[in-house]
Amino acid sequence: MSQIYQTTRVFLRVYYAYMVEYRAELLLWVLANSLPLIMLGAWTEAAQDGQLSLSPLELARYFIAVFLVRQFTIVWVIWEFEKEVVEGRLSPRLLQPIDPVWHHVAGHLAERLARLPFTAALVGLCFLLYPQALWWPGFSRLILGGLATALAFILRFILQYTFAMFAFWIERATALEQLWLLFYLFLSGLIAPLDFFPEAVREIVLWTPFPYMIYFPASLLMGLPTNLGHGFLIMGAWCLLGLVLNRWLWRRGLKHYSGMGA
Amino acid sequence: MSMITCEHLDKVYPIAIKEPGWQGTWSHFFHRRHRLVKAVQDVNFKIEAGEVVGFLGPNGAGKTTTLKMLTGLIHPSAGQVRVAGHIPFQRRSAFLEKITLVMGQKQQLLWDLPALDSLKINAAVYGISDRTFQQRVGELTEMLALGGKLTQPVRKLSLGERMKAELLAALLHRPQLLFLDEPTLGLDVNAQVGVRDFLRSYNQRYDATILLTSHYMADITALCDRVLLIYQGQLIYDGVLSGLMNRFAPYRQVKLELESLLPTTDLSLYGEVQEVSGREVRLLVRRENLTQAVSQLLANLPVLDLTITEPPIEEIIGRVFASGSVL
Repeated sequence: MSQIYQTTRVFLRVYYAYMVEYRAELLLWVLANSLPLIMLGAWTEAAQDGQLSLSPLELARYFIAVFLVRQFTIVWVIWEFEKEVVEGRLSPRLLQPIDPVWHHVAGHLAERLARLPFTAALVGLCFLLYPQALWWPGFSRLILGGLATALAFILRFILQYTFAMFAFWIERATALEQLWLLFYLFLSGLIAPLDFFPEAVREIVLWTPFPYMIYFPASLLMGLPTNLGHGFLIMGAWCLLGLVLNRWLWRRGLKHYSGMGA
Repeated sequence: MSMITCEHLDKVYPIAIKEPGWQGTWSHFFHRRHRLVKAVQDVNFKIEAGEVVGFLGPNGAGKTTTLKMLTGLIHPSAGQVRVAGHIPFQRRSAFLEKITLVMGQKQQLLWDLPALDSLKINAAVYGISDRTFQQRVGELTEMLALGGKLTQPVRKLSLGERMKAELLAALLHRPQLLFLDEPTLGLDVNAQVGVRDFLRSYNQRYDATILLTSHYMADITALCDRVLLIYQGQLIYDGVLSGLMNRFAPYRQVKLELESLLPTTDLSLYGEVQEVSGREVRLLVRRENLTQAVSQLLANLPVLDLTITEPPIEEIIGRVFASGSVL
């Protein structure tokens, strides 16, 4: 156990140093993911006439929560992994007695820590400009929302890392992620809350992993009614399915790996 | 038990074929054609613990592919491999802790951070305690003459310093078995000598087994008693370096200093003219003709000085591969 603790501590410390090496890039990354704040402006304006099922204030809170969830669930492992496979940079990692995925996990977690002050500043600015939107979700919702956000990150990471495995065969695995992104944008609740979807579509979408990456944790955080048991169960099921598929593809992919360029 | 055992090792790769031009591009888009390349064919050898073995061959001969199979990075298409008592591609932790592979410019160090940070990651991965870490880093830093360089970002290091830092990272867990693929590639002469000295002392100090590929014959002659020669995926020689010279290089180099300049045509009567630099001439003469050629040179030409040496090994290996005379 102390070995795991020691490894985790060193990995996080070193990758944190790596992430804060380029401060301007960090700030730009945070700003680049501010689409929910743009949607906030658009939807609160559209909700002024009272035709939508959520009020302008609820929508403002929803998109601030979406922005927060997005900041904690950004994943880029597929781009890194594809590069490693295509350029043969996976080879040095395969020679070490640790699964290469832990380098990526540590990188993502360290980046979350590095991003935190910028995220907090931007959220603070939002509340300063729109003080009515400031809310306290309550202790239990905060814990559950935090848990759902952590699970959303795990789910997104596992699924994207599973797509990344295809780099062993098709070399341009990121194209799969680009296609996935189309569904993610519309079905995750990033562009619009699922409450605006027709009931039948919403029922179907709730069985897919997409709403659990944004909509579910954001709804928990801002106080929309949610089916907790169903939500966490579906998230767990998709995580498990992704994990099994991921490990199967990893083993098969390694047999296919040629260490190109190395 | 041998440290490395390869029996009937094969590796076959499918390679996509594409003709140039529009037609080639379109036909490649709709119908991919592949051909199978036999990168390694029926390779057999054993290496004992503590040996330093040179792995020679022209580009594309199968050296790196063989190293990748020995380290478990790729699966063989056929044949058996055992390295340090393990089947490499199973990638067991006990196996990975015993080996290292250094691949020229392929870096494991994090580019934007000081090398020391990457070394700390390696220490954590291999479960090296802080005390042992300090002691090993100190020792390796001294052996590699890297003092003061480990706290600089890797991107700010010179090529030679980076290569040495890579070596340090690769050896921190004190592996018993070193696979080195062009470890001195791109280094200046001083840095090459430094890396060679380091590898020699590492081998002696820890009784480590080393399998080394290099385009610099000086690496091979300085470090390896035994060489493996691979050509078109097949092992064509396994033995001592001097034996390789006798078998594939039946030449001696004759250096002359003449009293006056002579035309090349006059010199070529006695052997193959390698170089004419003013009054200094370098000839390659077949060994069986050596006595006769030297007598004639001394009798017929205005020779001031004459020395007979082994030709540079890189020249001979180059000639062997260029002429295809290995088969």
